[in-house]
Amino acid sequence: MKQRMTTLANALGVFAALLLIWQLVLGIFHVPPYMLPSPAAVARAVGNRFPTLITSSAITAEESLGGLLASIIFGVVIALVFAQSRWIRRMLYPYTLLLQTVPIVAVAPLILMWVGSGIPAVTLIAFIISLAPIIANTTQGLISVDENLVQLFLMHSASPAQLLFKLRLPHAVPSLFVGIRIASGIAVIGAITGELYAGSSRVGQGGLGYSILYASSQLQTDYLFALVLAATVLGFSFFFLVMFLEWYFLHKWHESARAPETA
Amino acid sequence: MSENRVAPQIEFAGVSKRYSNTGMVLQGIDLTILKGEFVSVIGPSGCGKSTVLKLISGLTAPSAGAIRVDGMAPKDARETVSYIFQDATLLPWRPVEENVGLGLELEGASKARRHEKTAALLKFVGLEHVAKAYPRELSGGMKMRVSIARALATSPKLLLMDEPFGALDEMSRDRLNEEVLRLHAEQDWTGVFVTHSVEEAVFLSTRIVVLAPHPGRIHAIFAVDLPEPRTAALREEPVFGKMIAEVSHSLRNAMTQ
Repeated sequence: MKQRMTTLANALGVFAALLLIWQLVLGIFHVPPYMLPSPAAVARAVGNRFPTLITSSAITAEESLGGLLASIIFGVVIALVFAQSRWIRRMLYPYTLLLQTVPIVAVAPLILMWVGSGIPAVTLIAFIISLAPIIANTTQGLISVDENLVQLFLMHSASPAQLLFKLRLPHAVPSLFVGIRIASGIAVIGAITGELYAGSSRVGQGGLGYSILYASSQLQTDYLFALVLAATVLGFSFFFLVMFLEWYFLHKWHESARAPETA
Repeated sequence: MSENRVAPQIEFAGVSKRYSNTGMVLQGIDLTILKGEFVSVIGPSGCGKSTVLKLISGLTAPSAGAIRVDGMAPKDARETVSYIFQDATLLPWRPVEENVGLGLELEGASKARRHEKTAALLKFVGLEHVAKAYPRELSGGMKMRVSIARALATSPKLLLMDEPFGALDEMSRDRLNEEVLRLHAEQDWTGVFVTHSVEEAVFLSTRIVVLAPHPGRIHAIFAVDLPEPRTAALREEPVFGKMIAEVSHSLRNAMTQ
């Protein structure tokens, strides 16, 4: 507990120092506000635009969450297929790498063309970008079961369904969570990137990415900073939500979930 | 028990096992293990000790020869066989009692029966106080005890043990050896025990099979004629040390042959 307080105090100290340097830079170099607004101006923008910030964050959160849930569902199903045989993995695994390496910025316009702009398109982008880590980690979890345990199950004439639901799937849950942790971060990034292209089907009502485009085109730099802040908060919330769920499901039996604060 | 000993539990007739990548692992094994016996299989690494157990359990098939377990093909006898591995191989996401009940659960036993059997066995191995604990919270010796309880839960007629105490410290190992002896005396099963500790083999067994390596084959078979019931005090008796020396000598010969 005491250690955690110290960590918190240190983090706040760094934050204060950064604000100070920021303010000093402004004073010394006379930077115009449209290039770099003062911390106070950003704080004001957060205050004035609070309802819009919340709305934008909510839209982005909806898209990221939708994309993430879809990649968890599809990712686990695909991993179950992959876990069936080495041969299937050899044949199909390169395509999951493709998922990971294809620049989403380049694919986004295509998806827009196919799906039309708006929340479904952005959700789809968040889904595509967050799918690979779920597949990779869950597959690893499913196939890394102790061979002796498989033998033990076979000795008791376990059915394929028992092997799957009583052995492979529970064994894969910690790995699945590793995948979800990675995917949750990039789902948010994917949603914001997607919004830069897909924007909004209703004028003036878009997610964070859309609002970032709008703010930058209007040279409302203080608002832009406020949006970046909101995006960071959203990313953090996702991360902590996943950490909490991981702790909730695993702390009773799995070592990695013992102490979330040190992870 | 004594009248049971006449009937064979396991019969090996000219059994050989060849793996495509490591070549001949076992060659020409002829061995009969009677009901109620406790037989240890000992030998240097690479002599196919574990393969003997895999063959008995039907997890792998012999390349030549025939194996009968309780008069049946090993696969058909599986229901009456339990396996204990070197690691406790517990399911970490299940509390101790659900680990002990695993075999019964897989075989479709009712919840009431599972509960009854599990409680009795946990008491039997002195672990009733950790029934709700998760494996992570247990010491190595306790985990192994849970593993033993799990193996006994399905009331096996044959217990296969693959170096079950190899990873434990000597104190825990000695204590568990005494426990296994007690279980064997009180219950009605045949034991096949793979180890590379001569002392353990002598302490536990009615017979010891010494294997020679490359390819694995039977080098010698010892009948262990030590007084029963055996207790910790036996370890200090001269006959015990003499038996160990005898088996060790044979084991050395098997290695240099």
